[in-house]
Amino acid sequence: MTIHATECLLRMHDQHHELEDYQSGVPRWCTGCGDNAILAAVQRLCRDEDLRPEKTMFVSGIGCSSRFPHYMKTYGFHGIHGRALPVAEGIKMARPDLNVFVNTGDGDCCSIGAAHWIHAIRYNMNMTVMLHDNQIYGLTKKQASPTSPRGTKSNTTPGGSYLEAMQPLTVTLGVQNVSFVAQAVDWIPEVLYDIISKAFKHKGFSFVRIIQRCPEWLPNTFEPWMQDPLRTLLLTHENGLTLSPNLSKVYKTQERHDPMNINRAREIASLQDPIPVGILYNNPNVPCYEDIHNIGQQRSTRYIKAGLEAEFDKFTIWPQAADGKIQPGA
Amino acid sequence: MTEAAVKTRPPADKPAPAVPRGKTAKNLSGHIVEIVSDSGEGAQRCGQALGAIAARMGNGVWTVEIIPAEIRPPARSVAGGSGNRIRLGSGPVTNGGNETDLVIAFNEQVLLGRVRTGELKPGCTILLESMWRESRDNRIAASYVETHDQLVVAGYKVIEAPMERECRTIVADAKRGKNMFALGMLCSIYSFDLQLGRDQIARTFGKKDASVIESNVKLLNAGFDWAESNLEFKYRIPATRSTEPQMVIDGNTALALGVLASGMEICAMYPITPATSVSHYLSAAFEKVGGIVHQAEDEIAACTFAIGASYAGKCAVTVTSGPGYSLKQEGIGLAVMGEIPLVIINVQRGGPSTGQPTKVEQGDLMTSIFGSHGDAPKVVLAPGTIEDCFYSVITARKIAETFNMVVVVLSDASLATSQTPFTRPQFSEAWLAPPIDQSEVGEGQKPYDWNPVTGLARRFIPGQPGGMHTLTGLAHDELSHVAYDPDTNERSLRARSHKLAALQKTLTPPPVFGDPKGDLLVIGWGSTKGAIEEAVTNLREQGHKVSSLHLTFLQPMAPGIKEIMQRFKKVITIEGNWSDDPNDEIIDESNRRYSAVAMLLRSRYLIDVDCWSEVRGQPIKPNSIERVLLEKLKKK
Repeated sequence: MTIHATECLLRMHDQHHELEDYQSGVPRWCTGCGDNAILAAVQRLCRDEDLRPEKTMFVSGIGCSSRFPHYMKTYGFHGIHGRALPVAEGIKMARPDLNVFVNTGDGDCCSIGAAHWIHAIRYNMNMTVMLHDNQIYGLTKKQASPTSPRGTKSNTTPGGSYLEAMQPLTVTLGVQNVSFVAQAVDWIPEVLYDIISKAFKHKGFSFVRIIQRCPEWLPNTFEPWMQDPLRTLLLTHENGLTLSPNLSKVYKTQERHDPMNINRAREIASLQDPIPVGILYNNPNVPCYEDIHNIGQQRSTRYIKAGLEAEFDKFTIWPQAADGKIQPGA
Repeated sequence: MTEAAVKTRPPADKPAPAVPRGKTAKNLSGHIVEIVSDSGEGAQRCGQALGAIAARMGNGVWTVEIIPAEIRPPARSVAGGSGNRIRLGSGPVTNGGNETDLVIAFNEQVLLGRVRTGELKPGCTILLESMWRESRDNRIAASYVETHDQLVVAGYKVIEAPMERECRTIVADAKRGKNMFALGMLCSIYSFDLQLGRDQIARTFGKKDASVIESNVKLLNAGFDWAESNLEFKYRIPATRSTEPQMVIDGNTALALGVLASGMEICAMYPITPATSVSHYLSAAFEKVGGIVHQAEDEIAACTFAIGASYAGKCAVTVTSGPGYSLKQEGIGLAVMGEIPLVIINVQRGGPSTGQPTKVEQGDLMTSIFGSHGDAPKVVLAPGTIEDCFYSVITARKIAETFNMVVVVLSDASLATSQTPFTRPQFSEAWLAPPIDQSEVGEGQKPYDWNPVTGLARRFIPGQPGGMHTLTGLAHDELSHVAYDPDTNERSLRARSHKLAALQKTLTPPPVFGDPKGDLLVIGWGSTKGAIEEAVTNLREQGHKVSSLHLTFLQPMAPGIKEIMQRFKKVITIEGNWSDDPNDEIIDESNRRYSAVAMLLRSRYLIDVDCWSEVRGQPIKPNSIERVLLEKLKKK
């Protein structure tokens, strides 16, 4: 069967996607919430990469950020608190053909789901993980989170939170098999987009911590950094981010950082002021779990039957199997 | 036979005597024998080998592992005994039976452990390693003599067997090999073909050096000869060989084979006794036929990984035991809410908490049916035999995918490690599920288009164009949109509940074992099936009008159960979970806690179902059941 050129063009047009092909519903986040910026960047990425909506998955846990999949016109999985990562791993293992994204918050990832986070880094499955870190529990109305700076006043810490904040970047960079770590801030949308795009293109577990504002519960936390661009450290490298001339003019605190240099990445990760923004680590050579441990070949009925009969033979005591290789009770 | 197998087949040192020297074998219809040693002395391997030989002779066999809770318990300790208990029969054997008739013990302490748990028949024959009598450690020698004498006084037929001394004439370290000497003794005692013993050694040590096989065969022969010359008794259990091909496996292997046969490809688990061996077997088998066992970081991840894989189109299975099952509960609620098919195998152990990890109990039925939070209807079924373990997983997958539900398969520690022959399954294409549907979803179709009667809806799978939606654990409407309005909430709860009713309509009443009516109906579920039916058979032979009913489906329950119960004057359940004894001082009808199925039957059918249960960590014995049923028959 031949296809006419016009039909080809029509199909290409059909398969080309616009922004609205990824937009679903009106986000119910607060005005000024950093989640909105992340959503805009991700929808733009989907369009620019022309991702097929039916082959694209957004997986989340519970929290403000985890509403994310509802606003994407793709497949979405809005599961339970802390468990976005293992759900996403199961999906990826079953269906390596899907583009898998995970949206998780500082409570979801760094507190209730912390065990999964550590191990997800180790598995290094090919997925893009966005940690929406606003340093506070939002949906449950202002409780301190593991990433709240010490002294954060909240409903569970009225006198100020007691502990030093957990640093998600240093934790991630401390785990064996880490392959991609980046940090973005919601108020520099251009860099946010570039980082998510690099994360998507990395094959492996791409971890992007996005520092985001919570206008409702911590409205002024990042004001000083927004007021003074010099307090943001932009990481640049030909294998990482390259900045537009305009941005370079504004954000003059810069460091040329090779994303393969894990030792320097770890040092940068522990910086809190200035806030580092960019790609801290990117190692394309770490094997993905699903590539080294997977279902294997397509299994036809005949194939399964042959495998099963061989197993039955092993255990058959009467009559003895033809090849004599039988091991009952062994 | 392959060349390798021929090569490793050991030569017969001397032909087995066709007629026992000066002894005639006494014919028996069945016998129970135990081999018990310190952990690491090989009693388990000896027992397994004996079971395999007996099965090849065509005898009915049921083996039960005697497992200490620790990997290396201290030597010569009462609680540290490790070994195997083998029930032999002329015909098929369906359970571990009553007390033991014959024991081989490698020291008197592990033997004491068996005596104290009441596992030995009063006056039974004991073959006891005699080396301890001459121990240089005075305390050991004294302990041996004291125990020996006490057992003799108590009426046991204690025969001191110099196993160590005899083995040392063949090998330097008798610790490695005494078990094969014991196997030789048992081949003599039960008149088994010694060549089968040699073949079994070749199979067991097939991968090792030929000299290993050779020395083990020598030990086997020596044990046989010693028993022929020194024991005054000899038995023969006539075999009635099945006409159909037979397999011998334990319940956990049967479950794992069921996973393979069902076509499931992903098993996510976290190690937990006594369920773990399911995944051991699967890990090896999947390497050959495709599929993966994912050892997750914890039970919660195992459950949610399986949920993710199922959601994406592959029905997945997670395997666990009680404590792990508790950890999965939130995930189970998510699978129920999202209507994601999921198979959960729970190999029950003693609880609550860490409880008795290696011991049998049926304590997780209620948590399986009612577990998770809110109304979370799921299917619960329980295999009653090792053969059922295999088929129940295939059934579970079918139901999970047909109804988009969570299906819990409740096995237990008894089925897990017991072995018995059963008919080799005939492969059927119907076992497998069709490939993942990736066809386009038509316009206007909804991800939760609940049928108003059955609650069933077609499942959309990622990759299907037009089917995009966000699955959510929040209350949702037909479009999977978050919905908090009262009508939608009730409608969705109704749909999820009605799926159970729809499944129930497809079930048939379970068959009654015995007459369809009578004085007493015994109801059981899970691994107690064989013991209950044996007790019922014995009582019926004595003229009692007793029948039994075994429930495979616990949720939903099959139709017709009430009508069956109504044809009997009394109904009692026999279960391996806790129930209060009405004779205890503080217990009366207003505070008595019934065992699980009794409670379910009472509430559903408004019939005065009594219960009796035992939580001793051991499989319930047929004679215990007989005693209870006789009492129940006598009561007004």
